[in-house]
Amino acid sequence: MVKIEKARVETPQVRTLFFMDEACSRAEPGQFVMVWIPSVDEVPMSLSYIGSLEPDGLSAITVRRVGEASEALHRLEAGSLLGVRGPFGRGFKPVEGRVMLVGGGLGIAPMKPLLPKLKRLNCEATVVMGAATASELALAGEVERLLSGWGRLLKATDDGSLGFKGTAAQLAAEILEENSGYSQLYACGPEPMLVKILELSFKYGIQAQLSLERYIKCGVGICGSCTVGPYRICVDGPVFTSQTLKDLPEFGRTRRDASGRSIPV
Amino acid sequence: MVKPCLQVELAGVELENPLMNASGILGLTSYSLARLAEAGLGALVTKSIGLKPRLGNPNPTVVEVPGGLVNSMGLPNPGLEAFKSELEESLPKIGKPLFVSVFGFSPEEYGEAVKRLDRLPVAGFELNVSCPHMGGVGEIGGSPEALREAVRGARASTGKPLLVKLSPNLTSFAEAARVAEEAGADGIVATNTVRSMVIDLEAERPLLAGVYGGLSGLPLKPVALRCVYEAYEAVKIPIVGCGGIFTWRDAAEYFMAGAVAIQVGTAIAYRGLEVFRDILSGLSAYLEAKGLDDLGGLVGAAHKR
Repeated sequence: MVKIEKARVETPQVRTLFFMDEACSRAEPGQFVMVWIPSVDEVPMSLSYIGSLEPDGLSAITVRRVGEASEALHRLEAGSLLGVRGPFGRGFKPVEGRVMLVGGGLGIAPMKPLLPKLKRLNCEATVVMGAATASELALAGEVERLLSGWGRLLKATDDGSLGFKGTAAQLAAEILEENSGYSQLYACGPEPMLVKILELSFKYGIQAQLSLERYIKCGVGICGSCTVGPYRICVDGPVFTSQTLKDLPEFGRTRRDASGRSIPV
Repeated sequence: MVKPCLQVELAGVELENPLMNASGILGLTSYSLARLAEAGLGALVTKSIGLKPRLGNPNPTVVEVPGGLVNSMGLPNPGLEAFKSELEESLPKIGKPLFVSVFGFSPEEYGEAVKRLDRLPVAGFELNVSCPHMGGVGEIGGSPEALREAVRGARASTGKPLLVKLSPNLTSFAEAARVAEEAGADGIVATNTVRSMVIDLEAERPLLAGVYGGLSGLPLKPVALRCVYEAYEAVKIPIVGCGGIFTWRDAAEYFMAGAVAIQVGTAIAYRGLEVFRDILSGLSAYLEAKGLDDLGGLVGAAHKR
């Protein structure tokens, strides 16, 4: 169990919970933890802050209210205890050159800790963030701060209340149409968005690293609940390269529910 | 010198090597079964399937303990009908003998499950009568009458090999093995997990959502090994050893205790899927060093002294 050092409201639906943890502070961007709310559930969450990259040494998860577990997390305050297991999985690999990061929903959360590493490699970074509406662009301020002086943030909203009117994938497509000289695409968000980003990566011949989500139970690679085709999200992912995702069974089409039954994505 | 042969025959099924995965490890989808097959196993075992779908327990369902795991998955499975389609899709891709693990909440359910799956080209069935954290299932293996009925019902439903996976939590493992043999089992899997729990000190409560779970991995090995040894002296049908096998040395000890084949589960969480090939190459080197042509000379060797 860790103690929550501070809780920050990002939007009415989104909160970031900061904590001190040795293992999490040494995580790779893109790794996740299993978060235990006693008597409620234990759920996977990406690390949105990694302690070793932060002046205060705190790691964090950023949570959107979508169900029982996230509601319970929103009720926690500084001083509350939280179960944290991990970090798990394979994260994003930083590369050199001109890079684009595309985040849909809260997809920017696991990619955000990658930015300082990309800055150290002298990358040119374009971050595209998409949300339904302006008030839901959580973490945009943090991203702008991290990009200050070396990268740019472009926003997309479905309703056009801020920035580009449309989805993050549509905005990414327009940017790439104008100039496709990117060395890498990073993406995290709803699976239909990832499918479109994968298509763009093949269309323009750009390598991509995409973070996928599935229902996770054990988190250590043995129960098989979190598989996409033959790969386990919890140990083989959650980040996969475009080569791996090409023609991968189930990707973009189906996932498994808690019983293991195949259902649409 | 000719390389030692790792082929074994288990209850009439020819296996290219004595390794199987333990039930519950990755055997839920056609793709993950295919991946297991590629990892070098001699035979595969599916996740335990029941007549009806089950979501299983909420998380936490798995917790790490030193050298092992405690799991309280709660038998999540898509149900027999849905899993049949999964099997029909996977069997052509696998190319290895596949045993379907089935469970039930009453003895009759075992016969029913086996009957419905019998026409598929599977190698055989493994009866899970020993899940330690599911009330009902573990009790079947724990009651000689219920065990006899479950095995007889399954026996009447198929001519294919029937393995019975027994619990280490029993008062007499040897007695349960005898009951299973008399009722028509073709082999014994020794063992399932030990009933256990974990308490989180800071949270001041049980860690697993299901409270009780099954202990596996290194802590299980001395217990399961003892069960294999006892069963070898009690029954004539073959024994499959399962419990804390991480290395070729563990495997060799199980053969000496009386197992003809072994299952590996928890080690995958610690060593990855490479553990199967590591065990096989270690066994091969060991047989070569001892001047043995195959595993036959090892099986039961610890009983001769």
